[in-house]
Amino acid sequence: MSVKEKYDIGQQSLTFPRDVYLISSASVVGKKEGEGPLGKAFDMICEDDKFGEDTWEMAESTLQKEALSLAMGKADITPEDIRYLFAGDLLGQNIATSFGLMDYEIPLFGLYGACSTAGESLSLAAMCVGAGYARTVAALTSSHFASAEKQFRFPLEYANQRPVSATWTVTGSGAFLLSGKKGKVRITGITTGKIVDMGIKDSMNMGAAMAPAAADVIEQNLDDFKRKPLDYDKIITGDLGYIGQEILINLLKQKKIDISNVHEDCGILIYDKEKQGTGSSGSGCGCSAVTLSAHYLPMLEEGSLKRILFVPTGALLSTVSFNEGQSVPGIAHAVVLEHVEKEAV
Amino acid sequence: MDYFNAFWVGGLICALTQILMEKTKMLPGRIMVLLVCAGAVLGAVGIYQPLIDYAGAGASVPLLGFGNTLWKGVKEAVEENGLLGIFMGGLKASAVGICAALVFGYIASLIFEPKMKS
Repeated sequence: MSVKEKYDIGQQSLTFPRDVYLISSASVVGKKEGEGPLGKAFDMICEDDKFGEDTWEMAESTLQKEALSLAMGKADITPEDIRYLFAGDLLGQNIATSFGLMDYEIPLFGLYGACSTAGESLSLAAMCVGAGYARTVAALTSSHFASAEKQFRFPLEYANQRPVSATWTVTGSGAFLLSGKKGKVRITGITTGKIVDMGIKDSMNMGAAMAPAAADVIEQNLDDFKRKPLDYDKIITGDLGYIGQEILINLLKQKKIDISNVHEDCGILIYDKEKQGTGSSGSGCGCSAVTLSAHYLPMLEEGSLKRILFVPTGALLSTVSFNEGQSVPGIAHAVVLEHVEKEAV
Repeated sequence: MDYFNAFWVGGLICALTQILMEKTKMLPGRIMVLLVCAGAVLGAVGIYQPLIDYAGAGASVPLLGFGNTLWKGVKEAVEENGLLGIFMGGLKASAVGICAALVFGYIASLIFEPKMKS
């Protein structure tokens, strides 16, 4: 490859000098997710949400450990084959990640992008492989209902009443292995999001905080790659929920972009809000990761989906800044995933 | 009759508070502070003591009753010790409630483990 070639596209997007394939993935979830509409698709469902550990935080670490182990098993590779880990979670100082992955002894980039971390980790992992810095890397994220309640709302010990409209943090972890070795799904580009702050101050209404960031990055992606919404079989956001989905579609309609026919949201898909009593939808950086791994990747692999735009959305909520009266800024990262035709493999 | 009055007064206070929880965006901590302050004010204007006489534990057990107790303690201490009583009376009068909450809370935390919400 020539050094003079450019791989940055438009304002915020990239393609890669070398092909990047998503060769393997795994999803591990808790009981409630297992009982949901996608239940049968997950690789591992644990009946005990503590995963046999003493604390919720350690349980979340176990989620990550298991997800990575399963993804490696599927691809038949060992930790020594993985050059870097790009991983994160929702807890302070990323403790679920550091305690969960330390035993693997793989070089780690710990990431925080709230629930958008699934997109952030895939983006950086793809850049790393695409640039030729590594043959195989892993991207993984996790969230746990109980540890997230403690971090952002109230610990379960306090036994407060949850407002019906509050989103339900997904207990789950999704792991992805990216490699230069050919696979059935290719990552062909990324669009990195900016922080968008619309001044939302309601910590129970994260969808409204994230929707403008998602709209911004989707518009930028279409602009940078000179595509129309229908060039994607699906445009999938992370955890906007019902209210956020409506805001996103309306925001883009104002710019004459209609994604209503192709848009889906992982948070809406993962629970049955009537039967499961979640009231609202799912959230957390495990939400988009496990849904991509269990629901969308199989469709991309078999070719019933040809090209999707995966847009995990994050609300950069901090209990410190929030209590100091600051608003909740949003961010979203877009990843383009494509089916690889059989002849090409 | 005592039981009946305690039941409906206490129930009514809880039901009104539940409406605050559902219909406003106030977090639980804020609602609790509101109740304690409201209890103190109702005590000060002389409404709450008659309610306790009528409903017994139905009025004294909810947080409004705690506010009323704080107010009563302050009032008595001020009558006895002057202005210094503002700082003395409240905790003295509510010591039993606060201490019992701490002790029983601790015991409960030793026996029980929090579970996932369903």
